[in-house]
Amino acid sequence: MNSVADSPQIDFTRQRKVVDALAAFLPEHALLYAREDVQPYECDGLSAYRQMPMVVVLPDTEAQVQRILQTCHALRVPVVARGAGTGLSGGALPPGDGVLLSLARFMRILDIDAAARSARLQPGVRNLAISEAASPYGLYYAPDPSSQIACSIGGNVAENSGGMHCLKYGLTVHNILKLRAYTIDGDLLEIGGDGLDSAGYDLLALMTGSEGLLAVITEVTVKLLPIPERAQCILAAFDDVGKAGQAVANIIAAGIIPAGLEMMDKITTGAVEPFVNAGYPLDAEAILLCESDGNDAEVAEEIERMKAVMRASGATEVRVSSSEAERYRFWAGRKAAFPAAGRVSPDYYCMDGTIPKRALPRVLKAITELSVKYGLRCMNVFHAGDGNLHPLILYDANQPGELQRTEQFGAEILKLSIDVGGTITGEHGVGVEKIDAMCMQFKPLELATFHAVKAAFDEHALLNPGKAVPTLHRCAEFGRMHVHAGQQKFPDLPRF
Amino acid sequence: MHEIIEQLASTIREAAAQHTPLCIRGGGSKDFYGGPLRGETLGVSAYHGIIDYEPSELVMTARAGTSLVEIENTLRYKGQMLAFEPPHFGLHSTLGGCIATGLAGPRRAYTASVRDTVLGARLLDGKGDDLRFGGQVMKNVAGFDVSRLLAGSMGTLGVILELSLKVLPLPVAEATLRFEHAAAGAIALMNEWAGQPLPLSATAWHDGKLQVRLSGAAAAVSAAIKQLGGERVDDNAAQRYWQDIREQSALFFTSAKTLWRLSVKSTTPPLNLPGAQLLEWNGALRWLATDADAAAVRAAAQSGGGHATLFRGGDKALGVFHALPPALHAIEHKLKRAFDPAGIFNPGRLYPDF
Repeated sequence: MNSVADSPQIDFTRQRKVVDALAAFLPEHALLYAREDVQPYECDGLSAYRQMPMVVVLPDTEAQVQRILQTCHALRVPVVARGAGTGLSGGALPPGDGVLLSLARFMRILDIDAAARSARLQPGVRNLAISEAASPYGLYYAPDPSSQIACSIGGNVAENSGGMHCLKYGLTVHNILKLRAYTIDGDLLEIGGDGLDSAGYDLLALMTGSEGLLAVITEVTVKLLPIPERAQCILAAFDDVGKAGQAVANIIAAGIIPAGLEMMDKITTGAVEPFVNAGYPLDAEAILLCESDGNDAEVAEEIERMKAVMRASGATEVRVSSSEAERYRFWAGRKAAFPAAGRVSPDYYCMDGTIPKRALPRVLKAITELSVKYGLRCMNVFHAGDGNLHPLILYDANQPGELQRTEQFGAEILKLSIDVGGTITGEHGVGVEKIDAMCMQFKPLELATFHAVKAAFDEHALLNPGKAVPTLHRCAEFGRMHVHAGQQKFPDLPRF
Repeated sequence: MHEIIEQLASTIREAAAQHTPLCIRGGGSKDFYGGPLRGETLGVSAYHGIIDYEPSELVMTARAGTSLVEIENTLRYKGQMLAFEPPHFGLHSTLGGCIATGLAGPRRAYTASVRDTVLGARLLDGKGDDLRFGGQVMKNVAGFDVSRLLAGSMGTLGVILELSLKVLPLPVAEATLRFEHAAAGAIALMNEWAGQPLPLSATAWHDGKLQVRLSGAAAAVSAAIKQLGGERVDDNAAQRYWQDIREQSALFFTSAKTLWRLSVKSTTPPLNLPGAQLLEWNGALRWLATDADAAAVRAAAQSGGGHATLFRGGDKALGVFHALPPALHAIEHKLKRAFDPAGIFNPGRLYPDF
């Protein structure tokens, strides 16, 4: 039974008004506002930020989505769309004075066109479910964010999710064809098409990674790719992180685009090995995982070339997976890095900067020095092929001063990422978490342009307000992500 | 180079104050494309040169006035290429024009589109403000993806100054095969092959002949040659063939009085329209030389889930690009105003009304 929530933060008069307006067309089960009913929606995967939503709606149909948006628009009530809620930057943090719009009920795979290699999906379809449904046709959906067993395609579009294979196969933006989306006014937008391009401005690219600020996605058509015949993985060990970084550059310079190219440092392999028994060489300062996929002859040829580059780059050991089981074992530790951080330390703080690869040795060295300077351990896991760093600063919030030192450490890493020509976020999004760091990366005029783009879709700034793009007067301090022991939702999901 | 930007910015500010339309022009190789040229010419090819290129980054940053020839030669020297195999349509085509028109060549369906490879951009907006979006890294989700929005925007959003693009290694091996098929059979085959892990890098069908290019590791290409059969085309002849398709110097294109470009779902059956057709991209791109009614051509494209562009010839007064539904058109118009409030950049080049 719903009853008006007894929460000090909620404006009950406003809540009653919004609930009444929505109850006029939504069935009872699709409209939540009792405290115990809305509590599960108070945060996404970044649980350090919490806010009770005033109202949660769970529509079943596009027509309901449209009316919800029209209603909120008329009442000037903010709306935050939410998919699976696995995001790591607080993009789906609910509005305390508005409506959280969950698309969890939009879970149907509407069509798989095997001949045209595309799939039409409702936004709540899980990422992994797409590839599972496509596999009987020898096809799959390439972007594979590590949370793929839980995260949904609508959220993937909103965040432009990547994954381990994006160096070769691209991000979400490269793998979608068409969207159906509703603006806050309730206008239906059909963006993109069944062909490879569409007329007018490339709104498909603009929508991808827009973090729910422009329109609410109700349908996504994705490209499907043929499943490669075979994949094989190299594990290369190095006695120096700089050498491992150089090996990454050497692989690319040799004209190879690996299907995956990941790096872990010694503290990471040491942390994950007890959990996954991957057989990592624990005396190595860094290891690289380098994967090749394609047909049999192609993989055999490429693996030989990769091995040669690794050896020439000073690898102390080069192993090649001899079976699918062994390949999975190589990857198991990489996929377990985030959960392992949560097990070896009471708290960790995850960064998501991306840097030019040539800056890798310099940045790694700087992080090591910062680790000494702040007296805090840092696990370094990288999507090395595309320069996306996930340093995990280990700390204990119960130790006086550690949190503050961690924040300073993190801010220095973000600043360093920008200084070497990189970005504050490669794939986790800005959300609420990095909103202040946006001020470091963009000038006021550029931020003003973002606001103008937003206004072209949403004049009154009602969709996901306060996220992704800071107001100019807000530009003050660095953003950060804190994960306190046990606070992260989906703690067992692999993260990378 | 700084003075050039200052000069451009001051011209823009003045034009904005006077509401004088500006026609942004690089090498002029794509003057034929899009709506009619209007306004005072704003030459941008003086702002040229490669700024940063480190092959191991797979990223090149260059000024928009840099010639495509220079870009491609520099990349080739280091064993790399632009992923989307752009048409030049002339000796002096520039990087800026290439991105602004968003036109890609035969490889596009198998690697990336123009916008897929755009990582970052620097531009002067309609107020003459110098703005940077995106960056030089592969993964970047900070802020709206304005730099990709510029691809195909026909210069209507701003004067592109610099671009960072993701580039790819040149394939080690390449081979072209020829088959005899009617259009329907060719469409079916191209789509069937695209669903298999084959190193396809181009397909084209015209007048009963299907040509398929394979690119990649030597082992992958030779395995695919065995699997697909067909007749192997001599390497030099193949290179000329794909160049003639890309540059539209093949007889099909040069003899077309009115040339339409239709972007449709790849499995769309052969178009039931008068005239000659040439297919690319597994059937997702249909070139049509026809004197059929514009409305009929657009309807055919729309029923194939796509859109039609009046590419060369014909009556531009009826609109070059496919009209958008009102809600989308309104948003695009607002976006245009967000970047170019005075409406001075290339008016009428993309849509008749802005």
